Amino acid sequence: MKFRFQRKYFSIPYIIFLSLFVVIPIGLIIYYAFSDSTGMLSIEAARKFFSDTTKLDVILVSLFVAIQTTLICLLIGYPLAYFLASKKYNKNAVLIMLFIMPMWINFVLRTTATRDILFAINLTGGNSPYLATLIGMVYNYLPFVILPLYTTMLKLDHSQMEAAADLGANPAQVFIKSVIPQSVPGIISAITMTLVPVMSSYVISDALSEGNVTLIGNSIYINFANYQWNNGSFTAFVLLIVVLVSMFMTRNVNKQENARGGLW
Amino acid sequence: MASEEVIISLSNVVKAFGDNRVVDNFSLDIKKGQFVTILGPSGCGKTTTLRMIGGFELPTSGTILLNNQDITKLPPYKRPINTVFQRYALFAHLNVYDNVAFGLRLKKVPVKVKNRRGEEVIKMKHMKASEIDELVMKALEIVDLEELEERDISTLSGGQQQRVAIARCIVNKPEILLLDEPLGALDLKMRKEMQIELKDMHKKLGITFIYVTHDQEEALTMSDLIVVMKDGVIQQVGTPTEIYNEPKNAFVADFIGESNIYNAVMSGKKKVRFLAAEFKCLDDYPLNERVDVVVRPEDVILAKPGKGAIDGVIVDKIFKGVHYEYVIMIGKNELVAKSTKDFEEGPVSIDIEPDGIHIMEKEVLSNLYPNCEVNKDNTVDLSDASLEVDLTQLIKGSKIDDDDYLVAPNGKKYDLTGAKVTLEVALNKIEISDDTEFGQLTGTIVSSVYKGDHYQVTVRTEDDEDFILDTPDTWNENETVGVQINKQDISLRLKGNIEDYEI
Repeated sequence: MKFRFQRKYFSIPYIIFLSLFVVIPIGLIIYYAFSDSTGMLSIEAARKFFSDTTKLDVILVSLFVAIQTTLICLLIGYPLAYFLASKKYNKNAVLIMLFIMPMWINFVLRTTATRDILFAINLTGGNSPYLATLIGMVYNYLPFVILPLYTTMLKLDHSQMEAAADLGANPAQVFIKSVIPQSVPGIISAITMTLVPVMSSYVISDALSEGNVTLIGNSIYINFANYQWNNGSFTAFVLLIVVLVSMFMTRNVNKQENARGGLW
Repeated sequence: MASEEVIISLSNVVKAFGDNRVVDNFSLDIKKGQFVTILGPSGCGKTTTLRMIGGFELPTSGTILLNNQDITKLPPYKRPINTVFQRYALFAHLNVYDNVAFGLRLKKVPVKVKNRRGEEVIKMKHMKASEIDELVMKALEIVDLEELEERDISTLSGGQQQRVAIARCIVNKPEILLLDEPLGALDLKMRKEMQIELKDMHKKLGITFIYVTHDQEEALTMSDLIVVMKDGVIQQVGTPTEIYNEPKNAFVADFIGESNIYNAVMSGKKKVRFLAAEFKCLDDYPLNERVDVVVRPEDVILAKPGKGAIDGVIVDKIFKGVHYEYVIMIGKNELVAKSTKDFEEGPVSIDIEPDGIHIMEKEVLSNLYPNCEVNKDNTVDLSDASLEVDLTQLIKGSKIDDDDYLVAPNGKKYDLTGAKVTLEVALNKIEISDDTEFGQLTGTIVSSVYKGDHYQVTVRTEDDEDFILDTPDTWNENETVGVQINKQDISLRLKGNIEDYEI
């Protein structure tokens, strides 16, 4: 038979990449999560995870930090994105660039710098680890909130806002009843881009809290550093489930909103 | 129906964006309950006028009074006026019911309540859900959308969305309903149906409607009063019959329905000369006055050759169902006629009754030459000269390619050969010289009138085309002169749709 080149062959490199670096590792995580140190299938890691209150604490703290970071980022980022996307300020991209620029600087460098600045105002991992972590998180993830919000805000249907005003909505009501509902896809993207990554990040909390705040990411790192591969894998597995559940949830909401401007 | 009470009054309203006066000195009184249509070509300032009434644009100067109260600077949400937007602007995140209930939920109504001491006081409260429900259902019934209230906006057809947009407004019982080309996005059949429904709705509700459209037929069908606009200026205000039968100038005549417009001369008492023949007419103007004559195609009487006032040749015949449409060449002039009688292509004779001839005072704001045709090399024949014209002004940002085709910025190509255009040349853009070799045309000066600080000179060519120009110099009548018009000073207006010429 003669070999005929088909377009689908273009996908082969990606399929190889996907299986080597995504599917197989996930399989390995699941295998290690449900086996013991001798390689036999076991639920020892799961049992240990759920009986160990510190692990559950870690999950709760992670969730707490993640939710707080997301909320604060939204509170700061939403109005900012709204003004940046408005006709008056959106004449050139310089302003939005200023807010996105921190992303260009190396993440570890940024975090170290944040620590030094916080140290200068006597806010250290020693005296207020939680606050320091939170400030670091918000600073790092703010661009990820502003960008998707800004893109949805650019696409706001101004005639709908005019229609709301026409039907008797004052400027505040126009904002609540027309601007916010229209920007839901952007809000969802912003949440997906902060909530899960914050939970699994560990450099920020490690550097800023000086080891006093342990997030899921830190916990996994500690497990693996101590050769507790099974326990580490099970924690990673739990995180994976959380990611999948949250992605599934946001996708459903997004579908209802016609998925305008969303990232997924 | 329309009462004598003026509900909204615009006086000397001007809207300028920079130096561009989009709406210029617009004054109009609208009576309560009227169906008023603002009609004009795109870019004439009609939508801007509507937006100023709605409160979305602030006039640069002038005042708007609603029931004798100044609302010029009042924000939209404080005006008892609602708008049906061009592309409906429905709330995509709400269903039909919530879209319609939107205005009611924001509204506060006076309610009598007892305070702590048992006294009756009037408080402003939101409406009860049951009251809202009743009104919403009633509004949906008026627009024939019962049982669709739970539907998502995105699942509705264009016509249904249109109805939601109307229901969303009328449920608030506004004093004035503004409609900004609401039928533009619907297909022809749907549009005709909605026209009738809107008219019925207007009768039933008794709300004042202000309707904006570029469709003259729509305006004639629905309105009590039509306001024709061009370049931000009102051209004529009148009932549909007045506008159709007695257009004030060539623009209105041309814009409202098909018409034959000719330059003519009064040749006697109630006699007018055009198409190289003399006709009786009903209007009286001074002898030898230059006028514009409008003849509606349906007023042209066709007869066998030799039996009418002038002879011509039928060059085109189109069957239109109820009637035939004929294109008749009379000398160099074209005449469109409609008749239920069947004539063959070839020689024919025509006549026009006096009441079919409408005479308008000549606009001497600029030189208008209707009935011109674009030649293959992008020139236009005027009198015995071929004038170069700049076709790129028909589409913003377009250019002419090497094959003489017009190329729009979006890459679409147009071949305008044979397209009918109206040429317009400003009075101060025509140059004359006593050197007859100067310029493209020659003519004789037939009049030179002193206008205070300049002379207005009329040059007539051999085949009776007039060029009117303003000049600071004195010229003698009966002098033969050369006439020059520069390419960039000729503005063009296409008759019909540019899309028809796409290739």
